[in-house]
Amino acid sequence: MKYADEFRDKTIAQGLARAIGTEADPQRAYRFMEFCGGHTHVIFRYGLEDLLPANVRLIHGPGCPVCVLPASRIDMAIRLAARPQVTLCVYGDLMRVPGSQGQSLLRARALGADIRMVYSTLDAIRIAEQALDQEVVFFAIGFETTTPATAVMIRLARKKRLKNLSVFCNHVLTPPAMQSILESPDIRALGRAEIDGIIGPAHVSAIIGTEPYGRLAKEFGEPIVIAGFEPLDVMQAILMLVRQVNGGRYEVENQYSRAVKREGNHRAMVAVSNVFELRDEFEWRGLGPIQDSALKLKRPYAKFDAEARFVMHELPVVDNPACECGAILRGVKSPVDCKLFGTVCTPETPIGSCMVSSEGACAAHWTYGRGRDYQLRRA
Amino acid sequence: MRVKSYQRKLDIKNGCIDLSHGSGGRATTQLVLGLFHEAFGNEWLARCNDQSAFGVRSGRMVMTTDSYVVSPLFFPGGNIGSLAVHGTVNDVAMAGARPLYLAASFILEEGFRLSDLKAIADSMGAAARAACVHIITGDTKVVERGKADGLFISTTGVGVLANGLDLSAENARIGDRVLVSGCLGDHGVAIMSRRHNLAFQVDIVSDSAALHDLVAVMVAAGGASIRVMRDPTRGGLAATLNEIAHQSSLGFRLQEEAIPVKPAVTAACELLGLDPLHVANEGKLVAIVAADMADAVLAAMKAHPLGCDAADIGEAVADHHHLVQMSTRFGGGRIVDWLSGEQLPRIC
Repeated sequence: MKYADEFRDKTIAQGLARAIGTEADPQRAYRFMEFCGGHTHVIFRYGLEDLLPANVRLIHGPGCPVCVLPASRIDMAIRLAARPQVTLCVYGDLMRVPGSQGQSLLRARALGADIRMVYSTLDAIRIAEQALDQEVVFFAIGFETTTPATAVMIRLARKKRLKNLSVFCNHVLTPPAMQSILESPDIRALGRAEIDGIIGPAHVSAIIGTEPYGRLAKEFGEPIVIAGFEPLDVMQAILMLVRQVNGGRYEVENQYSRAVKREGNHRAMVAVSNVFELRDEFEWRGLGPIQDSALKLKRPYAKFDAEARFVMHELPVVDNPACECGAILRGVKSPVDCKLFGTVCTPETPIGSCMVSSEGACAAHWTYGRGRDYQLRRA
Repeated sequence: MRVKSYQRKLDIKNGCIDLSHGSGGRATTQLVLGLFHEAFGNEWLARCNDQSAFGVRSGRMVMTTDSYVVSPLFFPGGNIGSLAVHGTVNDVAMAGARPLYLAASFILEEGFRLSDLKAIADSMGAAARAACVHIITGDTKVVERGKADGLFISTTGVGVLANGLDLSAENARIGDRVLVSGCLGDHGVAIMSRRHNLAFQVDIVSDSAALHDLVAVMVAAGGASIRVMRDPTRGGLAATLNEIAHQSSLGFRLQEEAIPVKPAVTAACELLGLDPLHVANEGKLVAIVAADMADAVLAAMKAHPLGCDAADIGEAVADHHHLVQMSTRFGGGRIVDWLSGEQLPRIC
C-alpha cells in the first residue's frame, strides 16, 4: 500500500535494528517511554521489541485519551444518556470503557439509552439536524489531535443556529501530562519510572508543533524525539534517542518531519483557541488532578457546554484497589505486574480502561504479547 | 398443481409487504407462489406442502442452520439472499460434504418493498441453482414495522458425506499446515464501505461464494489428510484459528508475509483501525492439512477458480496456552487474538 509499505520495510528495519545494536552501549540501560498509545500499539503489532537489544527497553506512557479518563466522567455520560430526551454521540473506543460498578456506555445502550457511535464530529451535527426535538450531546474526548474537530463542530453548530447540540468536553493536553510524569511528587513517592528518553507524540505534534516540548527536555534533561506511527518511524526514533543519550544531549528532535512542523498547525491552533480555554484542574486516571491540563468552552460558547446545560456533577469514584492502571499509565509498572491482568481483567471483562482501548498498554499486551507475558511471569 | 390466481396480481414493482402477507390467508399464498416459487422453482416446492420428502443416500448426512441479518441488505458483490445460500452451503461443505437441499425462512418487516424482496429471492434462486442445491421448503412471517430491520433470512442445509471423511476441529495435529483459499477480509470491507455512516470509496466486492466445489477438489487431492475445514466468517481468520487451537489443544504459528490480503482491503482497514485478520469472509476457507499432503492440496486449490490465491500461511505447533502467534512482516512476533466485542474504530 502506497505511503504505508515504505514505512514497514523489513530490510530497512533490520538495518535500523543493527545500528541500534551497534550504537547502544552494552554497559548501560536505555529506558525510553513511548508517550502515545498509538506507539504502544505499533510496537506490539509489529513485535518491535524483538528487534531491540536487551538493554534497550520501552516503557508505556499515558498517551491514550480513553485510558486517562477517570471512571467518574464515564458515569457522568451514562447518567446523561439515561435522560429520555438526550442522544449521546460518542467515538467507538469509549463504548466499552468501564465506569463504576461494571457500567459502560455499551451496557447503558443495551438498557435503552440513545447512544450513537460516530466517526466524525460532523456526524453529530447531522444527527442533531435530523432530530430537532432531541438534545444531542457529543462526548468530546482526546488530546490535541481531536480538539480542532470539536472546535470546528461547535463553530458550525453556532453558524447553523443549532440549539439542540452541546458538547461534554473531556479534551486534555499533552505537555502538562508529560510534565506530570516527569515531576509529580505523587509519582516520585511511588518510585518514578526511570526514563532515559521519550518517544514523543505524532499526531498531537502535527497540531501543536515541537516547541512545547523544548522546555520539558531542557528542564528535566530528557531527550525527546517526535515520532510517526509507522514501525520504521519508531525504530528510527529509538536510534535517535540512543544517539542523544550517548552524546549526553537532551533536545527535542523531529523524526516525523513529513507531518510535524516546528510551529505546528497554525489554523488548527487558532480554531481551538477561539472556542476553548484552560480548565483550572482536571482529574486524570492514574496521574491524579493536573492543573491547566484540560480544556473547557470559552464564555461565548458556554451555551454549548453540556456540563452547564444539564447541570452535570462529577461524583468521585474509587477504582478497584487491585487495578494497577494508574501505575501502568505512569510507566511505573508493566501490565504483567498487575494481579488482575489476564485473570479477572480481560478485554471481555475489563476492570480498568487500559484493557479496553485498542491503544491501552494492557490491551496491547493482552492482544499481541500474551505468550511473551506468560514467559515473563514464569521467569 | 398450481393454484389458479384469482386475486389481484402482486404489484412487485410498487407494492410492499403488509401484515396480511403473514396472516396465512390468500395474500400469504400469493406471496409464496408469486414470488418465492417463481424464484426457487423446483419439483418439491411445486407440490405446495408444508414439508418436502427426499431420498436418503448412502453415507452420512450433514445438517446445519444459519441466520442472516446483514446490514445493508444489498452490498457490492451480493445481497442477503445470495449470502443466505452461500453461507449455509459452505457450512455443509466444510464437513467435506456435498450440499443437496436447503430450507429457507423469511422474517419480513411490514412495509418492505416487494421489488427488493423479489431481487433478493431471485438472487437466492440463482445462487442455489449455481450451487446445484434445491430450496425445497420454507416459511414466511411478517412482523410489524419497526420490529425487524427489513428482512431476516434463516436457512438450513442438508448434505451428504459419501467419502468416509470425518473433518472436525479437534483433529488438528502438531506439524499440520494451515492453508487459506484466498485473500482475506473482502466481505467485511465491502459491507463496511456501504454502511451509511461510513461510506467510503473502495473497489472491493464481497467474496460471497459457494465453496463446495473447491472442497470436492481438495478432498479428491488430500482425502483424510485434511483434518479440519472452516469458513472464516464473523471474527475472521483470527477467530477461526483460535477456535481450532482450543478445540485441538494446540497453537498455531503464522507467517504474516504469506497471508494474502488485497491492498485495497489493507488500506480500508488502516483507515478504520481494523485488523484484516478479524474481518469477515464469505467465500474463503481455512484448511488444516497433514504436512506431507499440504502441497498437493494447495496445488489442487490453486487450480480451482475459487482458490487461485490460496496460500500456505503457517503450521500447528505445541502450545498449552493454545495461542495463535504470528511472525510479523517486520521480523518480530505477536499474538493473533480473538476479536473482543464489536470491531470499533479508534479515535486518534
